[in-house]
Amino acid sequence: MLAMIGRRLAAALPSIAGVVVVTFLLTRLLPGDPAAYFAGPAATPQAIEEIRQRLGLDQSVPAQFLTYLGDLARGEFGLSLTTGLPVMQELVTRLPASLELTLAGLLFAVAVAVPLGILAAVRAGSWIDHATRIVATAGVSLPTFFTGLLLVHVFYSVLQVAPAPMGRLDIFSSTPPPVTGLYVLDALLAGDGETALAALAQLALPALTLGIFALAPLARMTRAAMLAALGSEFVRAARASGLSRGRIVWVYAFRNAMLPVLTTLGMVFSFLLGANVLVEKVFAWPGIGSYAIEALIVSDYAPVQGFVLTMALLYVLLNLAIDILYGIVDPRVKVES
Amino acid sequence: MKRRDFLKSSAAAAAGVAIGGVPWNPALGQSRKDTLLAISENGPNSLDIHGVGTNRPGYEASWNSYDRLVTFGAKKDANGNDHYDYTRIEPELAEDWNATDGSVTFRLKRGAKFHDGSPVTAADVKWSFDRAVTVGGFPTFQMKAGSLEKPEQFVAVDDRTFRIDFLRKDKLTMPDLGVPVPVVINSGLAKKHATAADPWAMDWLRTNEAGSGAYRVARFQPGTEVVFQRNEEWVGGPKPKIQRVIWRIVPQGGNRRALLERGDADVSFDLASKDFTELADSRKLTIVGTPVENALQYIGFNVNKPPFDDVKVRQAVAWALPYQAIIDSVMYGRALPMFGAKGPVTDAAWPQPHGYATDLDRAKALMAASAHPNGFETTISFDLGLAGINEPICVLVQESLARIGITLTINKIPGANWRNELLKKQLPMLTNTFGGWLNFPDYFFFWAYHGQNALFNTMGYKNPKMDGAIERARFATDPAAYAADVKAFVGIAFDEMPRIPLFQPYLNVAMQKNVTGYRYWFHRQLDYRQLEKA
Repeated sequence: MLAMIGRRLAAALPSIAGVVVVTFLLTRLLPGDPAAYFAGPAATPQAIEEIRQRLGLDQSVPAQFLTYLGDLARGEFGLSLTTGLPVMQELVTRLPASLELTLAGLLFAVAVAVPLGILAAVRAGSWIDHATRIVATAGVSLPTFFTGLLLVHVFYSVLQVAPAPMGRLDIFSSTPPPVTGLYVLDALLAGDGETALAALAQLALPALTLGIFALAPLARMTRAAMLAALGSEFVRAARASGLSRGRIVWVYAFRNAMLPVLTTLGMVFSFLLGANVLVEKVFAWPGIGSYAIEALIVSDYAPVQGFVLTMALLYVLLNLAIDILYGIVDPRVKVES
Repeated sequence: MKRRDFLKSSAAAAAGVAIGGVPWNPALGQSRKDTLLAISENGPNSLDIHGVGTNRPGYEASWNSYDRLVTFGAKKDANGNDHYDYTRIEPELAEDWNATDGSVTFRLKRGAKFHDGSPVTAADVKWSFDRAVTVGGFPTFQMKAGSLEKPEQFVAVDDRTFRIDFLRKDKLTMPDLGVPVPVVINSGLAKKHATAADPWAMDWLRTNEAGSGAYRVARFQPGTEVVFQRNEEWVGGPKPKIQRVIWRIVPQGGNRRALLERGDADVSFDLASKDFTELADSRKLTIVGTPVENALQYIGFNVNKPPFDDVKVRQAVAWALPYQAIIDSVMYGRALPMFGAKGPVTDAAWPQPHGYATDLDRAKALMAASAHPNGFETTISFDLGLAGINEPICVLVQESLARIGITLTINKIPGANWRNELLKKQLPMLTNTFGGWLNFPDYFFFWAYHGQNALFNTMGYKNPKMDGAIERARFATDPAAYAADVKAFVGIAFDEMPRIPLFQPYLNVAMQKNVTGYRYWFHRQLDYRQLEKA
């Protein structure tokens, strides 16, 4: 197992190297001149030149690339000009925020979509099947920022049950001692139920927004996989043997249907991690998506490069985790290195 | 109070605080009384006003946590709201000063202390001013606007006496000491964090505050929030009423409005004109709109290339623009019109309306007499970062100019690239805003119309007559001669129309009804020190 993980990680190295080169080149191809931007509105051409030198942008692209590689080797992602902080520090504080949001959204989506998908398959063609189809279609066709604004309007402005959409904690709660960086979990670990509740309240609407979006692929995939499993020979054999309905559905059909659902889950997770930019904007959530977008708008190279690299590493780890889970779900699957 | 009662009441108080922590609990209101919650679209990227690329919100952080030697007094504006008064310079860190023809000598207030407890000395002032004129970029440029250019000009006479030697007599020197740039930094603390490569501690001061101002920065999380705590030992002015200011970044405009309407946030500048108009009508919040001094939204031409090198074409456009439609449907009435003046320039005020208005017949006649009687095609460009105002303006202008034979294509330029494009001075036509901090007509014209061709002279306009009038006015001492020069350069600007002023924008702010004491400042940021919450 460990050897397999090691081999897989080694195999990921070329793609990561490719990501490093491509993001570096792409950020250089962006229109816009960071030196002119950061020199401020009153800058003379000479002042802009001074700033270009200070940022190291007067050097040739290969020379800049070497400097960048050197920084990476020392574990430095450079300095963000928009926030004035080291990119590494920002990513470390913002990644948990994005992860917390994505995980919560995914949890909600799984909790709703998998039972719905199973029900839709078991009672194919019934009203519940149609209802599932409608819910899934509606969820995926509403853009996340729209769902987000709608939820804010209904639950915050009109019904007044949700807290203010102002980030991860209301202004009078203090940050729980950091362990995982996920506020709800950290507050629970510290035994601070009140802060956990406050963080959970802040998390509810953005997670719901993301979750609604993720419902469709999960519900549809569960339904399709379950239909296939329920129609297969071994389920017929099980039925013929007089096994109970619950046992057939849960033990025989569902376990076999889990494999494609798991694949979809991995894809949806990585997709959500990048797609929650808009949700972060709507709920003032201090995640990495909004950080990267803001940097991109002003041609702030370092955070963009740091963000893409972090995402690449996350994808590699995620794919690995999914492959390992395959092996657990279905012993017949051997992960090839 | 008996011991038992005391224990009971403090237990109740503790419980109250505990409940207050739950966000949706109404008990929250009690603990919020001394805290002001401000929300905005963007937050500061630096606490150092001298830093490279410090953004506008950064000025607000610096303004409230650092002191300057002097500040400006206040007056009431036409609507009875507080307005800073650029004609009255008042003490902040300086107790008093004594100006002669060649220099001005300041005496620092006794007992002035930085947030770490060390006393404010003349050496700190000198170090800070040396820094401002040395580090380059915006602070150096702004100091220069007041003829503050060389470290040799700044002399620490003794611990409490500081002198500035003048390079030349300049009416802008004293006002320039009250703008956000000449802050006094705790030089002892900053030097501890300076390195050989970074002698002015630029890296450290970016995220750490070392001032003596009314508020200390208690927490700074770029892009998320800044928390200010009142400095109880502040000597710069009357003690501020608000104990704690929390400034949260809420990127989504609709949510900022919802937060204000629900009463969860206390104050914000960052709403669309439409929201301000609707909120003002609903009367749930206090809305204050102040015309931004010395600022104009304009249409600029490239006067060095055809077709706009032809003054007749520029005048034709000036007669064809839909001025009132722009004010009504883009600004929702929250702007001062700058068109339709009767007769020639008789007033030395700036901004003032020009004599053009929407009159398509005159525009067509001028086009027919120009070098392009059959019209032409060109582009109009704007900064996508300010699309909310710029884009509808461009659409209205496009529609209007089509009627006099000018076909416009709208060119949207991303924020990062905008300044770059302005520097090249190649765009044929654009819309933009420019405002000067110091409220003098000659200051505005020096940056926007003078042949030195600064970035803000986006037209590349050069006219020796204009330059002469601006330069004379800049250093004029006789009020009558000054007024004559101002009228002269305003007159030339309106005749030649290298840029067409559209309107003077408002600075709008929305506040809860219980927040009072808001004061308009030329830097267009919030000053926490005068605010009060009932």
